[in-house]
Amino acid sequence: MDVLDVAWRLLAVLLAFLVLPLLVGQTEHKVMAHMQGRVGPMYAGGFHGWAQLVADGVKFAQKEDIVPADADRRIFQLAPVVALLPYLLVLVAIPVGPDGMVGQAVDAGIFFVLAVMGVGVLGSLMGGWASANKFSLLGALRTAAQLLAYELPLLLAAASVAMAAGTVSLTGILEAFEWWWVPWQIVGAFVFFTAGLAELQRPPFDAPVADSEIIFGAYTEYTGLRFAFFLLAEYAGIVVLSALTAVLFLGGWHGPFADDLGWLWTLLKTAVLAFVVIWLRVSYPRLRADQIQRFAWTVLVPLALLQIALTGVVKVVIQ
Amino acid sequence: MALPGSGLAKGLAVTLRTMTRRSVTAHYPDVQPELPPRSRGVIGLLEENCTVCMLCARECPDWCIYIDSHKETVPPATPGGRERSRNVLDRFAIDFALCMYCGICVEVCPFDALFWSPEFEYAETDIRDLTHERDRLREWMWTVPAPPPLDPAAEEPKEIAAARKAAEKQQREAESREARETEAREGDT
Repeated sequence: MDVLDVAWRLLAVLLAFLVLPLLVGQTEHKVMAHMQGRVGPMYAGGFHGWAQLVADGVKFAQKEDIVPADADRRIFQLAPVVALLPYLLVLVAIPVGPDGMVGQAVDAGIFFVLAVMGVGVLGSLMGGWASANKFSLLGALRTAAQLLAYELPLLLAAASVAMAAGTVSLTGILEAFEWWWVPWQIVGAFVFFTAGLAELQRPPFDAPVADSEIIFGAYTEYTGLRFAFFLLAEYAGIVVLSALTAVLFLGGWHGPFADDLGWLWTLLKTAVLAFVVIWLRVSYPRLRADQIQRFAWTVLVPLALLQIALTGVVKVVIQ
Repeated sequence: MALPGSGLAKGLAVTLRTMTRRSVTAHYPDVQPELPPRSRGVIGLLEENCTVCMLCARECPDWCIYIDSHKETVPPATPGGRERSRNVLDRFAIDFALCMYCGICVEVCPFDALFWSPEFEYAETDIRDLTHERDRLREWMWTVPAPPPLDPAAEEPKEIAAARKAAEKQQREAESREARETEAREGDT
């Protein structure tokens, strides 16, 4: 592996990091609008508002960068970057196609990915604490509670796949993948996807940002580019969660003509899952904070444990 | 007892079905709306019909119609006749900043001088420009559509009924006269 090769891989990952979240955001604009009988943005860029997010970015860049007087300046300004960067790091480790089509194959892939994804939530916590605003603090504490509750089922569900494959490397899992893993791990997939949704604070698990109760949670005091970073982090999170679910539970690049079109299969599965994320947002109302907790501890954790038991039994039987 | 989670599935189905249907958004500035008949957009004045009777200004709940006029005497039509006085319209203005589009002025006008036009794009940046003077009100008349046709089972309009009755009476008279004439001619031979 020479320097040029590394540079190309990093460039490709960076490009994906810059483009895919915007694509998801634009899709959300349009899909949400049509699901509500509207048409969504129609003007920016001329054709069906395809450049709406570019226009949004320009608007955000023009806004004044405000730091509240009582805020913890350094932490306040650092928080959006802490929220955004982990997702870039995670993207590096997600395999897109067969034969080493991955930014950097990490041996302890699942551990790396889940650990770094957990860091992203720290951004909200930092922002909420540093804002010197009670709504921000409430949002941050709800974020923390949600993170604690949902990290466990997320890890358990991922552990089930690692058990099935006998490896924690993402590329290794994909190489060991068989089609019948999908029905075998379907409960784990549900737990992983739902818990990931909750970690991203996407509706219906968006109590930490519940705009009708606590303004905008941890992001209340943010303006301009820093706010845009938080938004971008949310969409990057959708991409990462969808890609991870696709890789762990839906076979990633596996599919017809996988040798040539493997990357397309990964993207396609990711796109379908991202659509589901948007679909869920449009369809369901927000859960209360206590409902979110109850769902995690009384539904997802037992389900994840059940999946692990099932995985273990099947694994022993087929050996 | 419904299957647990069937409500969640129904919710997803509703949003997905809505997505496949056409949106209900009106693309207004790009596409003009299809207004229903008798839409109340702006009031046009056919000032040739106006006799300055002031009924509209008096009935207006918002007092948004301003009328100025003076009297002129008209020389007698026949020699030795009496001089007549006639009202001449000096100013007729409607303040659409006050108007509440109730249409009472249009209803009350006995001489068919006021009409509804469906035009609605006359927003102004200065509220004083919303007072339309008589020339502007006259211009709106060109946008007044023909009255919509009556419902199939509707009663005949009074004007047409009266005209038809008169025409039928005339025809009957003509027929009876003709009949009498032919009778007289037959009696001669």
